[in-house]
Amino acid sequence: MSETTLSGSKIETETVVPAASGKKAPKGYSVSTLPGFSVVAIFTFFALYAPIMILVLYSFNAGTSLAIWEGFSLRWYVQAAGNERVIDAAIRSLILAGASATIASICATMAALATTRTRRFKGRTMIYALINQPLMVPEIVTAVALLIVFAWIKVMTGYTSLLYLIAAHTAFCIPFAYLPIRARLETMDDTLEVAARDLYASPMQVFRRVTLPLMWPGIIAGFMLAFVISLDDVVITEFVKSAGQETIPTYMLGQLRRVVTPEVNAISTIILVSGAILVSLFFWVSRERR
Amino acid sequence: MSETALKTRPAATESETAVDVIGISKLFGSAQEIRALDDVSVAIRKNEFFTLLGPSGCGKTTLLRVIAGFEPPTMGALHLGGRDISRLAPNQRPINTVFQNYALFPHMSVANNIAFGLEMLGKPKNDIRDKVTEMLQLVRMEELRSRRTSEISGGQQQRVALARALAPQPEVLLLDEPLSALDLKLRKEMQIELKRLQSETGLTFIFVTHDQEEALTMSDRIAVMNAGKILQVGSPREIYAHPSERFVANFIGESNFLNAHLSGNRVTLEAGGGTYQAVAPEGVADGKVSVLVRPEHASARPGEAAGEELAATVETVVYSGDATTLHLRLKTEEPLKIKMPNGPEQSTAFGEGDSAAVTIAPGAVTVLKD
Repeated sequence: MSETTLSGSKIETETVVPAASGKKAPKGYSVSTLPGFSVVAIFTFFALYAPIMILVLYSFNAGTSLAIWEGFSLRWYVQAAGNERVIDAAIRSLILAGASATIASICATMAALATTRTRRFKGRTMIYALINQPLMVPEIVTAVALLIVFAWIKVMTGYTSLLYLIAAHTAFCIPFAYLPIRARLETMDDTLEVAARDLYASPMQVFRRVTLPLMWPGIIAGFMLAFVISLDDVVITEFVKSAGQETIPTYMLGQLRRVVTPEVNAISTIILVSGAILVSLFFWVSRERR
Repeated sequence: MSETALKTRPAATESETAVDVIGISKLFGSAQEIRALDDVSVAIRKNEFFTLLGPSGCGKTTLLRVIAGFEPPTMGALHLGGRDISRLAPNQRPINTVFQNYALFPHMSVANNIAFGLEMLGKPKNDIRDKVTEMLQLVRMEELRSRRTSEISGGQQQRVALARALAPQPEVLLLDEPLSALDLKLRKEMQIELKRLQSETGLTFIFVTHDQEEALTMSDRIAVMNAGKILQVGSPREIYAHPSERFVANFIGESNFLNAHLSGNRVTLEAGGGTYQAVAPEGVADGKVSVLVRPEHASARPGEAAGEELAATVETVVYSGDATTLHLRLKTEEPLKIKMPNGPEQSTAFGEGDSAAVTIAPGAVTVLKD
């Protein structure tokens, strides 16, 4: 094509910047030609998805067993949908995830701005590490710490509500929200903000008109990640929750201690499907925005 | 508030100066050990196409950023139309920039990019619409107004960046190597386009480049910079024909440096020949000096030197289509390059090892500071 003609002999005319020229694999080398490639690939996918497939399959089991197939039925979905405790836990989970993901995204956005849109300062690497600390500290440690602190506050004030759980979830959701937001800010060309300043925008206008719209995909990604992480959490929730404050995961855990029925499979499947939808939505949104 | 910056603009002063850079220094580094700008002073005139030319790291972009307000100067002052603007934020200066990578807002259409500055100035909606249309016509982009900036070519992005910077009618337009990302043909087109825009708008353009040819063809005046200092300011002709020092001569065009003796305004080359009229730059005393002779300002004929001609030996002959370059060796062992235009017939009668007689054109000898 024109690009491969002798350089200089043909000067390229204005061409629309090719958006998807596509990366070519290096010639003569491809991992897929290595022996055993397909075996490893198949095994990996099997290990990843086989257990989930079985779980989904048995959520449609007509019988009460998790191991013996007795025909197709939606009875467990119907039962779960009619179970007030499930519905109560689901609503609580959604409120909790929504609230903590929102607060965490706001905090993470500000933290990301502070760590990418300021002049380099001493201890910036320290700040990164501190913000990401919950990713490093074992969850059980955080859980115990929160249990102790909250128990102390509860005794002092006698106040019990969902706020403790929201606070706890916000805390461990911040780093998950922070990572994609910071990644977004780092790949964003900061001359854009300089250009906006040059074009008479005040610092606040620069943020509203340029920085925020451009970092929005990162914020959405951060929010979704935080939402899913919160929805999924067992350990910290189990330690912090007051009596009767069941979320979907803690309810399921409670159920498993008694009788295991495919109802848990049905609930799991619903969570799985909603999660998949959320993740696809996220990819779609971030692709559209870029 | 940004608008007041424009409103309080003083009525056009009689002084020809648009931007007055007064003793500006810019130090970087944790211990302020890097001198990006070292006591730079220059007066840039109104309606002038002024170019800052120098190698990378010479401080030209830093000076531009100081003028735009992106970097506060460590020392010195900056005046615009007689008013001190050193302390104003970038959004308070009636100065706009065309960035090297264009820095177009990817989340806005072409038209919204151009409207941005006007919106920030709080102009009425109708005025903005009219101005945007006018600007799109100026840069010949009317039909692409609602496109996304990622959907247009590099040359088109370049034009949008220009229109965006021109739309708020700044007093000064800064251009930071805006053509460096374009291919050769497009660059030539844009050079002409920029000159046209500058004469149509009558604005002061401050243009940064490391491309000497670009500087020579486009500028009214050029400031050659190196190591944080301005070495020489002058018209392209002055800079090319009479550089003040070796660095300037070397950076622009091809050069021969010869040892010579200065006495008053007469120069005698060590290699012999006659004496030449030359104006010595300030601070150069009589005695031993370095002089510059451009390769195309001398000519040679085969044979032995006679009269005021210089004797030389041909070392190599390089044919390059429109011209032939002779690499000669003078009797002082100094090398001398001579570039002579080729006619339609055989280009040169020289062979390697031949004797040559060199004539230096009147006014071609320039005494250098160092």
